Amino acid sequence: MLNFTFRRLMFAVPTLLVISFIIFALLDLAPNDPTGNLPLTIPPDVREQIRENLGLGQPFHIRYMKWLEQFFINEPLNVVEQLFGFEFAGSEDRLRIRSWATRSPVVDLIVERMPQTLWVVGMSYVVGILIALPIGIISAYKQYSIFDQIGSFVSMVGFSVPTFFTGVVLIVIFSVQLQWLPSIYDTTHEVTDLSSFWVQVKQMIMPVMVLAFFNAAQLSRFVRASMLDNLNMDYVRTARAKGMSETIVLLIHVLRNSMIPVITVIALGIPQIFSGAIITEQIFRVNGLGQLLIIGIQGADIPLVQTLTFIFAVLIILFNLIADVLYGILDPRIRYD
Amino acid sequence: MKIRTLLLASAAAFAMTSAASAERGSDGHLNIIYWQAASILNPYLSGGTKDIESSSMVLEPLAYYDENGNMVPALASEIPTVENGGVSADLTSITWKLKEGVVWSDGSPLTANDVVFSANYCMDPAGGCNALSNFTDVSNVEAVDNLTVKITFGVPKPFPYGPFVGTTAPIIQAAQFKDCMGAKAPECTDQNFNPIGTGPFKVVEFKANDVVTYEANPMYRDPAKPAFATATFKGGGDAASAARSVLETGEFDYAWNLQVEPEVLAQMAAAGKGKVVTSFGTSVERLMVNLTNPDPALGDERATAKHPHPFLSDPAVRRALSLAIDRQILVDAGYGAAGQVTCNVLPAPAIYASTNNDWCKTQDVDAANKLLDDAGWARGSDGIRAKDGVRLSILYQTSTNSVRQGTQALIKQMWSAIGVETELRNIDAAVFFGGDQSSPDTFQKFFADIEMYTNNFDGTDPEKYMANWICAEAPTPANQWLGNNMPRYCNEEYDKLSAEMGKTAALDDRAALAMKMNDMLMDFGAMIPLIHRGDVSAHSVTLEGVRMNSWDSELWNIEDWSRAN
Repeated sequence: MLNFTFRRLMFAVPTLLVISFIIFALLDLAPNDPTGNLPLTIPPDVREQIRENLGLGQPFHIRYMKWLEQFFINEPLNVVEQLFGFEFAGSEDRLRIRSWATRSPVVDLIVERMPQTLWVVGMSYVVGILIALPIGIISAYKQYSIFDQIGSFVSMVGFSVPTFFTGVVLIVIFSVQLQWLPSIYDTTHEVTDLSSFWVQVKQMIMPVMVLAFFNAAQLSRFVRASMLDNLNMDYVRTARAKGMSETIVLLIHVLRNSMIPVITVIALGIPQIFSGAIITEQIFRVNGLGQLLIIGIQGADIPLVQTLTFIFAVLIILFNLIADVLYGILDPRIRYD
Repeated sequence: MKIRTLLLASAAAFAMTSAASAERGSDGHLNIIYWQAASILNPYLSGGTKDIESSSMVLEPLAYYDENGNMVPALASEIPTVENGGVSADLTSITWKLKEGVVWSDGSPLTANDVVFSANYCMDPAGGCNALSNFTDVSNVEAVDNLTVKITFGVPKPFPYGPFVGTTAPIIQAAQFKDCMGAKAPECTDQNFNPIGTGPFKVVEFKANDVVTYEANPMYRDPAKPAFATATFKGGGDAASAARSVLETGEFDYAWNLQVEPEVLAQMAAAGKGKVVTSFGTSVERLMVNLTNPDPALGDERATAKHPHPFLSDPAVRRALSLAIDRQILVDAGYGAAGQVTCNVLPAPAIYASTNNDWCKTQDVDAANKLLDDAGWARGSDGIRAKDGVRLSILYQTSTNSVRQGTQALIKQMWSAIGVETELRNIDAAVFFGGDQSSPDTFQKFFADIEMYTNNFDGTDPEKYMANWICAEAPTPANQWLGNNMPRYCNEEYDKLSAEMGKTAALDDRAALAMKMNDMLMDFGAMIPLIHRGDVSAHSVTLEGVRMNSWDSELWNIEDWSRAN
């Protein structure tokens, strides 16, 4: 297993290099201009100077190599410095990847955004799983019952109705009509006591539920299918024949085996948490990583978009690997070596 | 770690409340929402309105423009003019006197050196300063004494109020930014995110592309202002939900730039929690008429003056296209209170507005048809007019934006009534308005017959704006397509008027010249103006003192804002 993990990690390096090149080249070739969104009152020669100042005058391969150096050497060194509190030589002159819009280091922006994305999107993932599991299990156990039919219908709706619709519907009901919940997420809010915690809960409910609904819809179908596969297996009949109670058969024998594919699906979905739920973050102004990406794309903030998309690529590859390894651990029949 | 930050935060909150005096900060918290989030609080490094206006709460220029476009002193004690001796008789220098006793929010005094530094900071060629055009022709900025600054121009400047008038070019603190000159400018993240200012508020925390938190500046020169102790400048989302947060849920006090369908906005305003406010500056949504041939077969000479346009070079066609448009319908459908019909490319300030082109205000399809008939454009079997094998078929491009696409569709319909065929195209704004040399879709290259967008000018003086349509401004491959004369209009007489305006100081004469130039362009039909666009914002009914301003930052008088009781 260790050997396999190691081989996969080695293989990830060229993959990531290729991905980084493709991302860089694609964004570079896109007919986009960071000065495009500035007011027209700024004359063309000033725009040209701004572009020069952003480093756009340099040829493609030099900018790419610079970016590689900044991403793989300079930024990790900065992280190490910050973590351990000592300085390498020349840390003053070390070039960092800077956003064109904010002129600040991209990595700092990402670190600043991480908490709200992890809290809101991560929480929605957890809530989604908690909703999906019981629904999936009961739907499978009582296949074609009324509960199953309703569950199928609801998950179909949850899967096919986009979050920009459910989000706005919730806002209209709970913020505009009932005035119970805030429609705009306050990223500066700090939890210090019970009442401020309650404020935090109130502002998280809508974005979390919108996303959880969507996640649960997907996942519950998966749990149901996986449970159904196992319910007809011989070992289930054996367990029942041994006189075990239905609860034990269902929750110990069947569920455990059904969870093997489900867990890999859950692991594969984790990178999505980091990439943020772009639309939901935008609707509720959670202003996490997804919203950062959207602003970067709209403003042609190419270093920001390159870095963010590349980090997502790294996470996807990493969690693919984790899912594969988990699969091997959970199911001893599977061996990679 | 977590507990420490929490403790610090609560300690800071305590310190803040105890520091606030009786009058100042008596109205609590102000919530502002801009659906474009602030990226940086140094306006010299960003031309975005969101960045300029969020920093305008902190940084101040020497003078503002008020809601009527008049200059009012901010850090200056008065507006220099030729009459009061502040502007030299030969128009080559202007001398500003600073108000006495102004201090920065860190307690140090504001001096003329800060003003000199700000000018040098922006004029550093390696800095990529966005407000550089405010400093055109400035040859020297010097401190005469501690409170006097003299700005010298290389040429006579009839309107010497470019530098430090309006929030695009405020005064920054020399002590704070001294290590941030030129190429170093973008690396000064701390300074760019938390500039020390003289304005009514100071930055407490800035989360880039998200939210700015301010508190009242304890050193602000008027001890009774601002009325709000703290303020938040939240960003992100879209215009409709920003409008909702003020007009329907009342979570926010002020929302900026609500480009929302008029009926949607009216419905939200009916909830009674907020008011929609508009003001009109100089923005005009116009059709640019390509007077050159954009045919791809022409290769490098495409859309250059060498090849006149096959049919738009006919004045009758240009006039007919304008006559066929019902501008009121366009206003009602896409702009509502935020738009007015206009027939001028220079609609404001009032002294510059011409009334000679008002024929365009009423749609006249019959007259348009007659013009085309007389000019020999006959309808073919498909209803489209043609002459000598040239069909009146127009490629009409604009940026991607739902209101613009609505306008496009309406105009297409109106033109089909006079036998003109229209093909519509929309291009992403960052591409269309971007200057990417490799893209064929920029508004400068103008590889289409008609294009639509809005343009305006900063401040109240139209000299530079009207100079956009001189011959030399035409974008060509030779000047890397950098130019503002999209129609490629070229008229010696117009160039002469433009040069004359550069030498004329008296306001009435300048107005007469600008009006004449506007009428020339309109008569010729180089542009077809459609809508005089206003700015739309909304504020809560509990917020008082908002004076909606199109000539400067909308937050220009935020020190006077207060909570109604």
